[in-house]
Amino acid sequence: MKYEGKVWKFGDDVDTDLIIPSRYCNVSDGALLAKHAFADGKPEFASTVSPGDVIVGGRNFGCGSSREHAPIAIKASGVSVIIAKSFARIFYRNAFNIGLPLLESVDAAEELQEGDRLSVDLIHGKIENLTRGKSYGARPIPPFMERLINAGGLVEHIRKEKLQKRA
Amino acid sequence: MPMTITEKILARHAGLESVAPGDLIEVKVDLAFAHDFTAPIAIQVFKDIGAPKVFDRKKVALVADHFVPNKDIASAEQAKLMREFAREQQLELYYEVGEAGIGHVLLPEQGLVVPGQVVIGADSHTCAYGALGAFSTGVGSTDMAAVMATGEIWLRVPPTIRVEYTGTLRPHVGGKDLILRLIGEIGVEGALYSALEFCGDALRGLSMPHRFAMANMAVEAGAKNGIMEPDEITRAYVEGRARWEPLFLKSDAGAKLEKTIAIDVSSLEPQIAFPPSPANVKPVSEAGNVTLDQVFIGSCTNGWLEDLRDAASLLKGRKKAPGLRLIIIPATPAILREAMKEGIIETFLEAGAVIGPPCCGPCLGGHMGLLASGERALATTNRNFVGRMGHPKSEVFLCNPFVAAASAVLGRIGSPEEL
Ligand code: SF4
Repeated sequence: MKYEGKVWKFGDDVDTDLIIPSRYCNVSDGALLAKHAFADGKPEFASTVSPGDVIVGGRNFGCGSSREHAPIAIKASGVSVIIAKSFARIFYRNAFNIGLPLLESVDAAEELQEGDRLSVDLIHGKIENLTRGKSYGARPIPPFMERLINAGGLVEHIRKEKLQKRA
Repeated sequence: MPMTITEKILARHAGLESVAPGDLIEVKVDLAFAHDFTAPIAIQVFKDIGAPKVFDRKKVALVADHFVPNKDIASAEQAKLMREFAREQQLELYYEVGEAGIGHVLLPEQGLVVPGQVVIGADSHTCAYGALGAFSTGVGSTDMAAVMATGEIWLRVPPTIRVEYTGTLRPHVGGKDLILRLIGEIGVEGALYSALEFCGDALRGLSMPHRFAMANMAVEAGAKNGIMEPDEITRAYVEGRARWEPLFLKSDAGAKLEKTIAIDVSSLEPQIAFPPSPANVKPVSEAGNVTLDQVFIGSCTNGWLEDLRDAASLLKGRKKAPGLRLIIIPATPAILREAMKEGIIETFLEAGAVIGPPCCGPCLGGHMGLLASGERALATTNRNFVGRMGHPKSEVFLCNPFVAAASAVLGRIGSPEEL
């Protein structure tokens, strides 16, 4: 799985209210939610993000509420992967569950700049900065998460491994 | 192998003799919970999974508490989705407006959460039930759908950080201040992925609402769960209301800990979290002159009867500051009814407060009591992120109910001693 896109840079402790404010969470459709992604913090994001783009955050990305509207809005906006120094735990589960991959890399999160073009190799955890000609490693995805991604998210995983066993 | 209370509960529910931090395990769930904000997505995903029935219709609780009474047509549609699902699946634990209230207060009140359980909720503050000595944690809607379908969830066993509170609490200081003080010290990711286990002699006489407030905000330090060993106060609380057999567990001496944090509370003042983070904490005496447009008393953290009593003890015979809006929302219908009986609601109304129907209210800035740009609110809630209660240029400060009541009278952040 390889992605290419430009960087949208954020700081530490990006919370789910910032990703999608509660007032827009009265719907659950991805396309509708994506229209309001980062409405308060980066109002230009929703209208100018392109498919494949990468969000780069600092520590504790996705902290706060459990709302799945947050990763759904990001995924539906076309973002291919989020790179951060660390992720809040509910956000981490939610993102993988819906098939939005996350990579942890302190160096990349520190050095990448807004607008840089990246190529990201998910399985090998390799991040290449095409604008500046530098590359970074990321923490490998845990095997269980890889199984989830390979299955196509938690829904498929449950269908394949749980319900069939039971039937 | 010696284990912590969190590890003991998880091991039992995974059918294992013992577990250790880092183990990836599959755990049986005793109670699954979602509300009108998170259930609609969970229900859609549940349908995608293709399971015909929920794993147990007595163990899936759905509560209308966030955008209710319905705030607009879109949320009415979401609430309808939840209601129809509850009917179609014949769920026993569906709570509609009027009998509902904030889930995290309602479920313990109804005896649906008991010590020793594993409770998984599609809400980050599900960790509140750890106050009873249960393992409880928040997940998103897809995880919830999987739990509803299978009755199980995969979890990584968290390492435990033990927080020991020692000393005697001063007046007007409670559970909210204990947890804010901790978050101020360790930061919003200070307990990321870990279990926060609260103990120490300062907690010994602490009533359940204070304990719930502490466990409730464990997530604000990034923790997976917050937990306390059950004691006589826990027993007294669940007696007569528990709908399932409680299991009173304790951590073993010698259980491995990630670290221990000691906090002496003897000189602890009421704490204020300044925007935009629950970790941005100062004692009330150092708050400076922060004038207020709105004070909100309520939420799953501090909307309990005892919180209302505390606020009323200071508001009795006093009036809120002119021009300030004081919004008070009892967390459940039972609390509202009792508050009426005790004359507390009368006290609030005489002080110039407005009383909302039991629900989350302005806590999440989605419905009722939103802030305009440049406005400032003091709230007994748990989060003060940018835009949490309304306009991104509004500000939210967090505190305990005593301080909220006193500040409503003063018109600025201040301590009860100033009245
Ligand atoms: S009261 Fe606030 S924090 Fe608690 S469940 Fe409701 S919205 Fe969430």
